[in-house]
Amino acid sequence: MSPRADTSLESQWEMVVGLEVHVQLRTRSKAFCACSAEYGAHPNVNTCPVCLALPGALPVLNGRAVALATRAALALNCTVHPVSVFARKNYFYPDLPKGYQISQFDRPLATAGFVDIGHRAEGSPIRVGVTRVHMEEDAGKSVHDRYEGATAIDLNRAGVPLIEIVSEPDMRSADEAGAYLRVVKQILEYLEVSDVSMEEGSLRVDANVSARRRGETTLGTKTEVKNMNSFSGVERALAVEFARQVGVLSAGGVVRQQTMLWDGAAGEVRPSRTKEGSHDYRYFPEPDLPPLVLELEWIDQMRHDLPELPSARRARFVSEYALGAYDVDVLTASPRIAEYYESVARTHGDAKVAANWVMGEVLAQLRATGGDVATFRVRPRDLAQLLDLVRDGIVSHTAAKQVFATMVVTGEQPAQIAERDGLVKVDDDAQLAAWLDDVMSELPTETARWRSGEKKLQGVLIGAVMKKSNGRADPRKLGQLLAARLVS
Amino acid sequence: MSAPGERAPLDTGRAAAIRAATAAGATSAETTVKQALSRAREVKAGRDGLNIFVSLDGEYLKEHAATAAQQLTDTEPGLLLGVPVAIKDNIATLHHPTTCGSRILAGYVSPYAATVVSKLCDAGAVPFGKTNMDEFAMGSSTENSAYGPTRNPVAPDRVPGGSSGGSAAAVAAGIVSVALGSETGGSVRQPASFCGIVGVKPTYGRVSRFGLVAFASSLDHVGVFGAQVDDAARGLRAIAGHDPLDSTSTSIPVGEYHLAHARPVKGMVVGRPREYFPDSLDPAVRARCDAAFEHMRELGMQVRDVSLPHTALAIPVYYIVAPAEASSNLARFDGARYGLRVAGAGLTGMYEATRSQGFGAEVTRRIMLGTYVLSAGYYDAYYRKAQRVRTLIADDFSRVFQSGVDVLFTPTTPTPAFALGAISDPYEMYLSDIFTVTANLAGIPAMSQPIGRVGGLPIGGQLMAAHFEEMKMFSVAYALERALGAGASS
Amino acid sequence: MAVTIDDVRHIAALARLGLTDERAASLVNEMNSILGHMDVLSKADTSGVQEAIGVGAGGLPVRDDGGQPIPLARSLDAFAPALKDGFFIVPRLSTHETPGES
Ligand SMILES: [Mg+2]
Ligand SMILES: [Zn+2]
Repeated sequence: MSPRADTSLESQWEMVVGLEVHVQLRTRSKAFCACSAEYGAHPNVNTCPVCLALPGALPVLNGRAVALATRAALALNCTVHPVSVFARKNYFYPDLPKGYQISQFDRPLATAGFVDIGHRAEGSPIRVGVTRVHMEEDAGKSVHDRYEGATAIDLNRAGVPLIEIVSEPDMRSADEAGAYLRVVKQILEYLEVSDVSMEEGSLRVDANVSARRRGETTLGTKTEVKNMNSFSGVERALAVEFARQVGVLSAGGVVRQQTMLWDGAAGEVRPSRTKEGSHDYRYFPEPDLPPLVLELEWIDQMRHDLPELPSARRARFVSEYALGAYDVDVLTASPRIAEYYESVARTHGDAKVAANWVMGEVLAQLRATGGDVATFRVRPRDLAQLLDLVRDGIVSHTAAKQVFATMVVTGEQPAQIAERDGLVKVDDDAQLAAWLDDVMSELPTETARWRSGEKKLQGVLIGAVMKKSNGRADPRKLGQLLAARLVS
Repeated sequence: MSAPGERAPLDTGRAAAIRAATAAGATSAETTVKQALSRAREVKAGRDGLNIFVSLDGEYLKEHAATAAQQLTDTEPGLLLGVPVAIKDNIATLHHPTTCGSRILAGYVSPYAATVVSKLCDAGAVPFGKTNMDEFAMGSSTENSAYGPTRNPVAPDRVPGGSSGGSAAAVAAGIVSVALGSETGGSVRQPASFCGIVGVKPTYGRVSRFGLVAFASSLDHVGVFGAQVDDAARGLRAIAGHDPLDSTSTSIPVGEYHLAHARPVKGMVVGRPREYFPDSLDPAVRARCDAAFEHMRELGMQVRDVSLPHTALAIPVYYIVAPAEASSNLARFDGARYGLRVAGAGLTGMYEATRSQGFGAEVTRRIMLGTYVLSAGYYDAYYRKAQRVRTLIADDFSRVFQSGVDVLFTPTTPTPAFALGAISDPYEMYLSDIFTVTANLAGIPAMSQPIGRVGGLPIGGQLMAAHFEEMKMFSVAYALERALGAGASS
Repeated sequence: MAVTIDDVRHIAALARLGLTDERAASLVNEMNSILGHMDVLSKADTSGVQEAIGVGAGGLPVRDDGGQPIPLARSLDAFAPALKDGFFIVPRLSTHETPGES
């Protein structure tokens, strides 16, 4: 059954969603030891007595991880607590070498934040509460399919610093869950606290979902849905699980509190085989780590040092550059694109022209090559210079696109390319007239029709001259010349 | 060959004397190590005798001693230059295995060394073999070792105390003058009392725990045994100090403990906590303590009666907090990455087979207790409650020390060493720590030194001081040792 | 709050301790006996008393990001019970072997 087929589902039943997002912090070393936190090394190369949980080893907290976690918590409008406590979450699993995960439990780093994710159809703003942001360490990796009958354990990831962002059950649809995730991801990108890549596992999402009849105020029994590996996967999984729950409830059944695993290929959720009630994590304060004490001045400084966040940047782009909503969304989607755009706009001066070029040529180029703006060969200053050349009538718009194509490959200065490749605009009347004569003799039929009043053929003639001139001809001047010939 | 109990104290067996002789070229680390090895043979320290060492590689030690001595020729002589130091088997060393007296770590050789071991080497000491212990330091008699019980060198039918019984016995038998032990509830002071030597546990955080295999992290300390106060003071001075690898270690400067002998004790106030002198206390033990108090008065100290009202709750608190932390600390022994692995049905079967065959009865009992008190529904009644009462116990001490008391003096143990096999009830065994657990719960420094004999067996007197007041504690210990003279061992 | 044989079985499962029936039965008595001595705590007045955490230490020190990991003097194969291509090898998780098992 397709989850969206039965529209009456939505009219009678309401989805209630809360999300738990695990985010890997962008540090060089792990949370509690100096091992590299880098992804992709050979198995167990990035390990030491601490993250192997050798007898006698002790954890020492990475200060950078604290700073990044605090930055994220502040940007999510949380209260950061001057005292927070690490605890041990005890369970046996071979990729959890100590037999416990160090995680904050009853005294997390930060609580009571919120994220604004847009508006509902009837116009009311959607604000999703952030229950808590806490720090913890990642587990290692279990590989089940590599060796017959055995599980292979790689502890390179064990001990990598994470934050867990827990939302209130404030989302009412799969779309809202998706919107929340995109907003949170964008904020974290702006903060540069994480690579936030679901593909590489630096962002992971678990969803708590329940269904209730519209109008009800109490929450239904929720299930936890895991194993999604993209935002659209989260949305699909939620829709499927919601439909399943509504099916159970409308048939007079009860939803069992359990963990469901999303199978993206099959488009199904299945109950996890983990025995319910077998989880008793026996949390207690981690005796190897005294409480984390943060000075209020330090927290204030961190707040003060926060970069401009996406919502503020969007507002500023509207007021400062007079851009439309769509342009602003495109240009602020990624902080690097926004910075790139802003640099071009400021250097060149015409924000609208800069926006068109960045949204057009630059993004198209990046999309086509899968490149990153940080390593893009056309630097903002050079692009601004190219736009200056167009504005000043030194190269035509058509020629500018050719110059740009060369800049993408060679990274050279636009003026240099235009000069060398003969792309500087020609506005010399004699030369233009000569090209025009050539074209008119090559295209006698079109010329005749044009002369007889078919206006639209002027474009064909100008186009032919542009081609002949390698884009150098000044189209405005050509128009004037043609108009003069018609009169004479 | 002299019987172990009748060993005459050898002045040349003291750390300061060894250091001086080594520095002067009158002896070498190699020679001293050879003497210690031959002393070990003489007192039958091996498995068929006192069973003091779990591992002792004599050939390696002789070779290593020479290199250790060479390293220090052109620098100021280290505080323990040329001094062999026995090491409890739960402290990570690079050459000898680190088994914690457990089957689950049989043959396990640590690929890194504990900070205290590196510091010993920096001080010119020669780490000398690994000593027997109650498995994972859980016990008070060194009978809970997978490698058999250690016997008390003073009276081989008796236990040496525990859990650091092997280290205590190595010093008491005259093999080494300094040994490292560890304490969670009295595992250095109690065996020091039973073996007639000095044992000290510093303030929590004073000595790094990095490389000490954890039993109960908030209570674990590395401690030092010495034949005399000076040996313990030097040993502690050598291993104390901040360690960036231990988040609970402190950067408060370390005192020159071995110079505390020169500090006056006149005018100091010694507290006599009434809860440590119950009516039921063995009159002979009380008499020894009274004699010590008399000496302290003669030294110009003032003896004051004080009260630590929550003392009776210490054992219940300890036997909730320690097993709880232990249940978590010992989860890493799962057969996956190191140590024993016993095959079973699937992963869970491997875990259960490994852990049930790897751990002995007492360790199993404490893991069970600790898992229980942390489990859903019991946490508040047991663990949370115990951690609150622990605060009350620590507050008792703070109040007394803030009232102007410099040190407290009590018996270390209610009785002298008991016979091997005499105590089979677990809780009765737990009670032998009744006077020592409080210092671990409060994190204050404490030490035991011989104050005479009861029924021919040594008994220790315990000094306790406020956090980081080791200097005060050592100054009294030195003075009392001088005042007691031969009375300390008769 | 007497400990039952079911409690002992449950706790042993949580702690991954395989117990014989005899040992499990004996632990029921041992644990009840020991825990009986703990009842005295319930009578202590701890209203308004903070739990002891971070004993004897002043806040949590943090280290700089990066730096040198603590080196291993021996490679993993010197102590690992089973190592293949750099991976620690363990029996396959039961959730990945027999459906229906935990
Ligand atoms: Mg988590
Ligand atoms: Zn590491």
